[in-house]
Amino acid sequence: MKNVRRLVEIEEIVEENPRVKTFLFREKLCSKAKPGQFLMVWIIGVDEIPLSISRVGNLCAVTVAKVGEATEAMHRLKVGDKLYVRGPYGNGFKEVEGSIAIVAGGVGLATLFPLIEKLKSLNCKIDAFVGFRSVSHAFWIDMLTNIVNGKLIISTDDGSLGVKGLVSEVFREYIENFKPQYDMVYTCGPPAMIRQIFQQCEKVGYKVQASLEAYMKCGIGICGSCCLGPYRVCSDGPVFSNNQLAKMPELGVYKRVSSGLKIPVQ
Amino acid sequence: MNIRQYNGSLEVEVVNLRFPNPLILAAGILGLTAPLLRRAVDSGAGGVVTKSIGLKPREGFPNPTIVDLGFGLVNSMGLPNPGLQAFIDELEELRGLKVPIILSIYAFSEEELAIMGKMISELKTVSAVELNVSCPHVGGVSEIGKNPGLVKSYVKTLKENLNGKPVLVKLTPNVSDITLIAEAAVDGGADALTAINTVKSMVIDVEAGRPVLAGVFGGLSGPAIKPIALRCVYEIVEALDVPVFGCGGVETARDVIEFIMAGAVAVQIGSAIARRGLRVFREISIELKKFMEAKGFKSLEEIRGLAHKK
Repeated sequence: MKNVRRLVEIEEIVEENPRVKTFLFREKLCSKAKPGQFLMVWIIGVDEIPLSISRVGNLCAVTVAKVGEATEAMHRLKVGDKLYVRGPYGNGFKEVEGSIAIVAGGVGLATLFPLIEKLKSLNCKIDAFVGFRSVSHAFWIDMLTNIVNGKLIISTDDGSLGVKGLVSEVFREYIENFKPQYDMVYTCGPPAMIRQIFQQCEKVGYKVQASLEAYMKCGIGICGSCCLGPYRVCSDGPVFSNNQLAKMPELGVYKRVSSGLKIPVQ
Repeated sequence: MNIRQYNGSLEVEVVNLRFPNPLILAAGILGLTAPLLRRAVDSGAGGVVTKSIGLKPREGFPNPTIVDLGFGLVNSMGLPNPGLQAFIDELEELRGLKVPIILSIYAFSEEELAIMGKMISELKTVSAVELNVSCPHVGGVSEIGKNPGLVKSYVKTLKENLNGKPVLVKLTPNVSDITLIAEAAVDGGADALTAINTVKSMVIDVEAGRPVLAGVFGGLSGPAIKPIALRCVYEIVEALDVPVFGCGGVETARDVIEFIMAGAVAVQIGSAIARRGLRVFREISIELKKFMEAKGFKSLEEIRGLAHKK
């Protein structure tokens, strides 16, 4: 059933910043998605792309940064326009109770937000480290301020908002200085950032769950396009734990393009 | 026919390749990277066929590239692959693998095929080559497999350049008489055949009023095509003395038995992975042994081609 494409109507569009929009729609299976799962979204006549579910419930949402042809086409859509979705796909995050760190890079925040809400309802203590390129790339700062019940550190690469520096560096400094005990570190963002976060977590013995991205075609585990190490991001992931991340030497170093060729990550 | 079957095991030996079981990963499924091929073997595959590789890198078609209809999948991947040279590096990582590695290749001309054959002839990691002349949605490839003259000539060219490596030819069902193509492949020097590739098809979306697949046409695989694949294997086995790998809709041990009764030496499994996951290989192996025991069959050899004697 989840593999069958379903037509959804866009009920609302929120412009989070000049590059990021949230598209809201109603869909039965999506409304029951687990935090960290994703949809294959067909922008009719353009492309079909994997998008994380950024809001779960009666109204579901995907939050999309303008990064290429398909996402630009999506940004041109209006309320009332239609999309096809299939899914939800992937394992999603495993929820852990206790003391939690969230490390988000850019639009990776959208993937993590339903998880933050779930963890909050489980009475977790949540520290959040959220990095953007600059203040014009930032979004959901108010929502974060409202929901994060521990430390919230916003950073930007250029210092135009919050602390100046890469979120991976901000996180490293924080854990070196304060040596917090975390029962789980959840992270999503660019692969190079996730690699850094994973290595830092390994060093101090934190358990980590990272939601990864990859070039994806089928979404159902057979085409091999989204391979990272011995894993398929679409169906073994997209959320991976320490042992699995350790088997992905290419993470954040090179990525595979549509032909399967390896291209260095810049 | 050089086929041996050991009692009490699922081992199959065909064209000097020894498969620990008759369940082989089909071309086009997962076989784009060494770690995934290795994982298929770790999951119990008796052999692997790689993604189809061409001389040059190819991006394939944009999405949507797959539609799940429930009774089968329609795909229009469009032969994405990193090109032979890059894939040779990938294959190097598979040294020491304990099952046959069959390299699937396609070519748009005999010149390309000759170059590829020479490159492959030196590869120790490649046990055999499967020539894909049957991808239904890529122009320039599907036409070859429908033309007996071209099939014979392509296979001959490949054999001449491979320095003795066995060649399987993967046949298309999208012809009026598959035995004519099978015969042409054997005449060209094919050591074995794989039947079948996907069935040319398409999906139209009523709301959008357009084909769903970006490549318009695709190939139907999965349970829907099993009866077609069985018929093709059966017809080829009736007509010719050549080992045939059955491919198309294998999801259970019973499906495997059906193909072997139709005369197949082994089967290739692909779309079933979408439904049953990679554990499908190990699960079918166990189901197969149970089935044989329950029916009192001593070996796969005992049931091979059984359906022809009725």
